[in-house]
Amino acid sequence: MSDPTEEIPEVDHVTGTGIPVRGNDIDTDQIIPARFMKVVTFDGLGQFSFFDLRFDDDDNEKDHPMNEERFGDANVMVVNNNFGCGSSREHAPQALMRWGIDALIGEGFAEIFAGNCLALGIPTLTADHETINDLQQWVDDNPDGEIEIDVAAETVRYGGREVGVTVDDAQRKALVDGIWDTTALMKANERSIAETAANLPYATGN
Amino acid sequence: MSEGTLYDKVWNRHKVTTLPNGQDQLFVGLHLIHEVTSPQAFGMLRERDLEVARSDLTHATVDHIVPTADQSRPYSDDAAEEMMSELEENVRDAGIEFNDPTTGNQGIVHVIGPEQGITQPGKTIVCGDSHTSTHGAFGALAFGIGTSQIRDVLATQTVAMEKQQVRKIQVDGELGEGVEAKDIVLEIIRRLGTEGGVGYVYEYAGEAIEDLGMEGRMSICNMSIEGGARAGYVNPDGTTYDWLRETDYFQEHPEEFDELMPYWESIRSDDDAEYDDVVTIDASELDPVVTWGTTPGQGVGIHDPIPEPEALAADKQDTARRAQKHMRVEPGETMAGYDIDVAFLGSCTNARLPDLRRAARVVKGREVADDVRAFVVPGSQRVQRAAEAEGLADIFREAGFDWRNAGCSMCLGMNEDQLEGDEACASSSNRNFVGRQGSKDGRTVLMNPRMVAAAAVTGEVTDVRDLREVTIA
Repeated sequence: MSDPTEEIPEVDHVTGTGIPVRGNDIDTDQIIPARFMKVVTFDGLGQFSFFDLRFDDDDNEKDHPMNEERFGDANVMVVNNNFGCGSSREHAPQALMRWGIDALIGEGFAEIFAGNCLALGIPTLTADHETINDLQQWVDDNPDGEIEIDVAAETVRYGGREVGVTVDDAQRKALVDGIWDTTALMKANERSIAETAANLPYATGN
Repeated sequence: MSEGTLYDKVWNRHKVTTLPNGQDQLFVGLHLIHEVTSPQAFGMLRERDLEVARSDLTHATVDHIVPTADQSRPYSDDAAEEMMSELEENVRDAGIEFNDPTTGNQGIVHVIGPEQGITQPGKTIVCGDSHTSTHGAFGALAFGIGTSQIRDVLATQTVAMEKQQVRKIQVDGELGEGVEAKDIVLEIIRRLGTEGGVGYVYEYAGEAIEDLGMEGRMSICNMSIEGGARAGYVNPDGTTYDWLRETDYFQEHPEEFDELMPYWESIRSDDDAEYDDVVTIDASELDPVVTWGTTPGQGVGIHDPIPEPEALAADKQDTARRAQKHMRVEPGETMAGYDIDVAFLGSCTNARLPDLRRAARVVKGREVADDVRAFVVPGSQRVQRAAEAEGLADIFREAGFDWRNAGCSMCLGMNEDQLEGDEACASSSNRNFVGRQGSKDGRTVLMNPRMVAAAAVTGEVTDVRDLREVTIA
């Protein structure tokens, strides 16, 4: 039997440059407006990330960090509280990932959004308001500055300092051990699944 | 951690194992799918050469993109037609029951599950839609999932989850005349915040919840996610069982009703259950609640002043300032009298038959205000037929409302039903996010369905209690 965990990359470190996207309660309708979800694949969603905040009615660029050339190569998004609230659309992290984001650091994430990120191997790390504020400011001043995330150690290193961040236990283990894609992992338990179903009082067929 | 709650009991019954990453693998009793979030999941299955494990426990509908005016095929919107065709092909290949519009059973996914009786107490229910929490009204453990998780459920009929904490929300007292379930949930979100429920499942309890019919309970559980809680539930009781007895499923399987009753009773939270948190709200103090901002937590009693941003918690002030600018409201004002351009009666929150009945009592004998576009989008084809049969559709039409076919419609503007420019909309839906109703400059005011009816006929946000209602025979 093949190893159910094979070919899933371990995400123990993410290194790159940052982009600050400020504001609490940024919902997934902001991250990817519904009209761009009228597609049957996730391909090509990256260009529509934060579309209505980045472009006006005539498609002219508005003031938004994702429009700034200096953040064009960023892969670490630094956000505030309750990021990704609202709709469960995986299109949101898919769009960010396709734009180039490999990790998010913020004050807090909505639960379904964080789960969707995990399913794509994207860490969502949290820290308090002050830590995030400092990091956003530093990224603003140092768009080319390197940020080093150590998922296992729960630290972020930048500009000669190291700060502690928090990663949910299951998320950390899944990322670090390369078991964040759960399909094969769960499929391997077919016998237990059948037993659980058979023990339920309501009809589960078969 | 909680102990002895419905959540604990249902979780434990469905737990297959603990995965190496520490998450629990849960068996899924019912998987609901629709056209927006499932096609990519079917694509992933094909890439991995996997089959749908349990097509018999999977039910499909089309709701998000379906046109509510002209539903003839092919749809005039090519993208919508492509999504519909893709779903048709996927369900056909996998042998999944599809409640398409030709069946007479189509509707919003969170309306049709309860209607057909496949939403049951003590089931785990998932769907690629955050408002799956709706089904918790029946004492099911129901939550929204992303597309990669849909892939997992299709492939294994299980999902990887972490157990949450349980917060009991005790709603005591009786609702005043003209105040509804929607007002309770908007008040809960206002008090606890849009992120207050992150990491929690909400158990709604207390006299005011017990007094509600199933539709009201669904409206409340529906918006759990707007308060950050991925799931919310009400313990099953006589009201729940009365509903279930009449559904297709238990009409066809009456013996199962009696067989399942002991299970349903057994999963109710114990009297001495332990909760991680308890919050109490007095329902008798509530007025109709409307939103003034761009998150569902920015609500206010109809006669209360819109708050000064500076008076809010530090982390809410910026959001409030931006929201007040977008909505063009001033602190200190009330929302009563706010001009509207559109009235939308619909969505998985408030488009069931009793919602439409209550709204019709307000509308009857009145006319939609000049320059207001008003329309009703029933939650399902069954709701639509029932409303037509008892004359509600005629009441709405005579008043100048458009009477449409079932779908999600202007709740999220994925079909033709969208706000234009900076239109303001009195909406019975669940989200007032910027751009949510199809125009990034659009302004959404969330409220209960009777309040939408009142706004439609007056042209402004209005306390429905100031309008005389007509009894409909």
